[in-house]
Amino acid sequence: MKRVKGDEDACSSSSEGPTESCKKVRKLQPSKEKHQEEEEETDVDLCEFGFDWALLPQEILLNIFQFLPLLDRAYASQVCRGWNQAFHMPELWRCFEFELNQPASSYLKATHPELIKQIIKRHSNHLQYVSFKVDSSTESAEAACDILSQLVNCSLKTLGLISTARPSFMELPKSHFISALTVVFVNSKSLSSLKIDDTPVDDPSLKVLVANNSDTLRMLKMSSCPHVSPAGILCVADQCHGLRELALNYHLLSDELLLALSSEKHVHLEHLRIDVVSENPGQHFHTIRKSSWDAMLRHSPKFNLVMYFFLYEDEFGPFFREEVPITHLYFGRSVSKDVLGRVGVHCPRLVELVVCANGLRPLDEELIRIAKRCTQLSAIGLGECEVSCSAFVEFVKMCGRRLSQLSIMEEVLIPDHKYNLDEIHWEVSKHLGRVWFPDMMPTW
Amino acid sequence: SDQNFLARYWPASEMVGNTIHWFRKGLRLHDNPSLKESIRGADTLRCVYILDPWFAGSSNVGISRWRFLLQCLEDLDTSLRKLNSRLFVIRGQPTDVFPRLFQEWQTSQLSYEYDSEPFGKERDAAIQKLASEAGVEVTVKVSHTLYDLDKIIELNGGQSPLTYKRFQALISHMDAVESPAEIITAEVMRKCATPISDDHDDKFAVPSLEELGFETEGLATAVWPGGETEALTRLERHLERKAWVANFERPRMNANSLLASPTGLSPYLRFGCLSCRLFYFKLTDLYRKVKKNSSPPLSLYGQLLWREFFYTTATNNPRFDKMEGNPVCVQIPWDRNPEALAKWAEGRTGFPWIDAIMTQLRQEGWIHHLARHAVACFLTRGDLWISWEEGMKVFEELLLDADWSVNAGSWMWLSCSSFFQQFFHCYCPVGFGRRTDPNGDYIRRYLPILKAFPAKYIFDPWNAPESVQKAAKCVIGMHYPKPMVHHTEASRLNIQRMTQIYQQLSCYRGLGLLATVPANPNNGGNGVGTSPEEIQHEAVAQAGKDPLHPPRFLGCPYHSKTCIFQRVGLKDMLGHVFFFNQIELVL
Repeated sequence: MKRVKGDEDACSSSSEGPTESCKKVRKLQPSKEKHQEEEEETDVDLCEFGFDWALLPQEILLNIFQFLPLLDRAYASQVCRGWNQAFHMPELWRCFEFELNQPASSYLKATHPELIKQIIKRHSNHLQYVSFKVDSSTESAEAACDILSQLVNCSLKTLGLISTARPSFMELPKSHFISALTVVFVNSKSLSSLKIDDTPVDDPSLKVLVANNSDTLRMLKMSSCPHVSPAGILCVADQCHGLRELALNYHLLSDELLLALSSEKHVHLEHLRIDVVSENPGQHFHTIRKSSWDAMLRHSPKFNLVMYFFLYEDEFGPFFREEVPITHLYFGRSVSKDVLGRVGVHCPRLVELVVCANGLRPLDEELIRIAKRCTQLSAIGLGECEVSCSAFVEFVKMCGRRLSQLSIMEEVLIPDHKYNLDEIHWEVSKHLGRVWFPDMMPTW
Repeated sequence: SDQNFLARYWPASEMVGNTIHWFRKGLRLHDNPSLKESIRGADTLRCVYILDPWFAGSSNVGISRWRFLLQCLEDLDTSLRKLNSRLFVIRGQPTDVFPRLFQEWQTSQLSYEYDSEPFGKERDAAIQKLASEAGVEVTVKVSHTLYDLDKIIELNGGQSPLTYKRFQALISHMDAVESPAEIITAEVMRKCATPISDDHDDKFAVPSLEELGFETEGLATAVWPGGETEALTRLERHLERKAWVANFERPRMNANSLLASPTGLSPYLRFGCLSCRLFYFKLTDLYRKVKKNSSPPLSLYGQLLWREFFYTTATNNPRFDKMEGNPVCVQIPWDRNPEALAKWAEGRTGFPWIDAIMTQLRQEGWIHHLARHAVACFLTRGDLWISWEEGMKVFEELLLDADWSVNAGSWMWLSCSSFFQQFFHCYCPVGFGRRTDPNGDYIRRYLPILKAFPAKYIFDPWNAPESVQKAAKCVIGMHYPKPMVHHTEASRLNIQRMTQIYQQLSCYRGLGLLATVPANPNNGGNGVGTSPEEIQHEAVAQAGKDPLHPPRFLGCPYHSKTCIFQRVGLKDMLGHVFFFNQIELVL
């Protein structure tokens, strides 16, 4: 589109309303058809008719701008004053992702510092959904904190602090991080979602969060925050009755916390994610009473319990001794046959099971037991394990079509007298009612 | 001179056919259709290999690979001598060399093997232009891959297949693989002479490593000697062993499979000392003989088809070996960390399993494919979170069989950067080795410093009590490094990171880990975000304004900056319409 002389004037005069420009667009149609083959001329014609993109109503512009990446919007904003105004409409600045990377530690581009400055200056009061993606360098985490501490006149609804490579927030002086974070807690009175995994957040700062946002907080993700104590998270659960999603490490999970989350005042919990991580081999883990889980389940019968285990084999002692309402279970390290056997007995609500590794003995009976007892199971992934082909077929037959995700490494399946590797994919596909193949790794 | 005069004014009808065959890959006389074709009707033949000495010193290719190449050339020269011919190794750049040769040798015909890789195609287009300017006819034949890759792509509607299953489906609808061309014999060469000057060795001999500027003192003998002769001997041995085992399934992995095998073929396929089609047909014949004429399954050709798959996916993608600007590669915020990379590349990670593999790679130029999986996973998504491009470069330097396409493709695969791979499966740098080699013999062979450690601790020596370390004369942290990462912690972080990236790509809102990876069309094809449960989660996420999933109607930044998975309906060969996911870069 050629730039028409004088369009800036036209666009800044707000007297010409949307109807006027609509008329012009309509008027344009016939001439456009007439000159379909001569594009050059069409362009000239557009100018002669006085059609003016600058007169597009703001609502329509907004609608278009919403589908444009920021960079394209920035280019468009240089066309005329009207588009420039549209560029700055608050609706376009509610959601922003700051990408903070250093050339020395990342391959990806960073949000330009000038843009950050502009946003803070002109749009910080419009920001509502904000996330920070930070690479492995401390400078980037530092920069994120600098921005956070300038967000004084905004009211965020969501805030996500995401370390994309290594937990770089953990390398900051704790007090520096806390003071930046509490700026948001204090100023944003209606924070609803907060994702602060792998950060040095602590109990006092959570108290500030609770004091300012207890009515609105619905989601809190804070896996691997070593400075928070079970008492600190209990305070959140006690006060924030609208909390529906929670992610934390096992050392923060307590019977008291579960009871607080299942109190009458509390809304139904939807997701609870627990990471069980071992710091040193042979670590001892506490147990959670079955009565606490039962209380939880009575209060929130549909809640999802997602558990990620990163333990050494000999640390599973306290787990799966009694019934646990786990729905999504992930074993990131080798797990014994014995533990998987217990899973089959004590996890009746299991929906998804992922086993990264197991020993060299086939998991035949364990899988069959899981198929029998876990009647909701619809997704399973097996990595370095072994299962005989016939046991696997039996497992699939028992679960049938509810297995919507079935990700099994090819090496897992051990051919036996009944099936070889070529036959098994037909047999399994038959029971699933769709074409299925084991996952493969390249032979290279 | 008289010769020049003669050449210039030679009557057209009696024009002498002077042919040049240009060897690049395809360093063999068996199944060499372009060479065979160009010999027919030619009066003279000169086989050339163009070597850029400057490239030798500066390139990323390590000494083992150069040695392998030079051995291939020596072998080729020896074979050509038996046919009263010679190999002409010419120093320089193809674009400088050819115009000169065309004139000097009065060339009428040039032949070479088709190169499907983007840079090869570009180079060949330039040579083709020079040839046509010089009035030289060019003969090109496909013989480095089983199929004409463009035909596979054509069958797939003009797009490269993005999953191996899809590729297999396409293959099964292709015409049969063409039989290998007959070997070049003295009989074939009878009418076609090679003009050899007295100073041939001075001008065109295969150079030594020293001439190329490599330090060869203390260089151990090659575990993998290069050359067609060796390749054919190995092929026979390979088939004999297969016939003897009579089991055509993938062999189970054990400690022995980690070692270089005298029946291994991959470097020979890489340099084309062995024709993939010859291998293909020999395998088929053997299978039919042993299994009494039943038709062989695709899995019989495993390695050959994987190679073909990566060649097919790479042929039209010049950015195939990069993350940025590569339309099939997921953009992952890898860490840039030169020190950690160096530890990995030099075998100083403190994980004996990883370090032994990297040592074997550096010393011998080859490692087992599961060992490749182990070190690739460790470098990228498993532990160090370093870009696959860096790992690929190290393999390019050290690995004898590193093909541009196969190397980049495998690295993308193993780092879960493409091809719809589930990422939950991380190889444990301790457990995986222990499963494969319970006694630790492999570790002791390549890391003699750990020789005296008992099997119990040899994969995690840092856990051995001090007394054990002292008895083994190897104190961890002093004689052998401590582990450079806390594997448990690293795998927790990395799985979280991958989940995050894939959730954004697939716009999946549910809690499932497996469903985060967009559906592989041939593995169920139930799509993304279509089950009622997932829709429910989506609703929850929207209502809760999950910061990870900002409402899409507000110009979601994720969509503008990273890839999105675009779903394109493609007609499947079986007659079903599968939804086929394609990753497309938006910005």
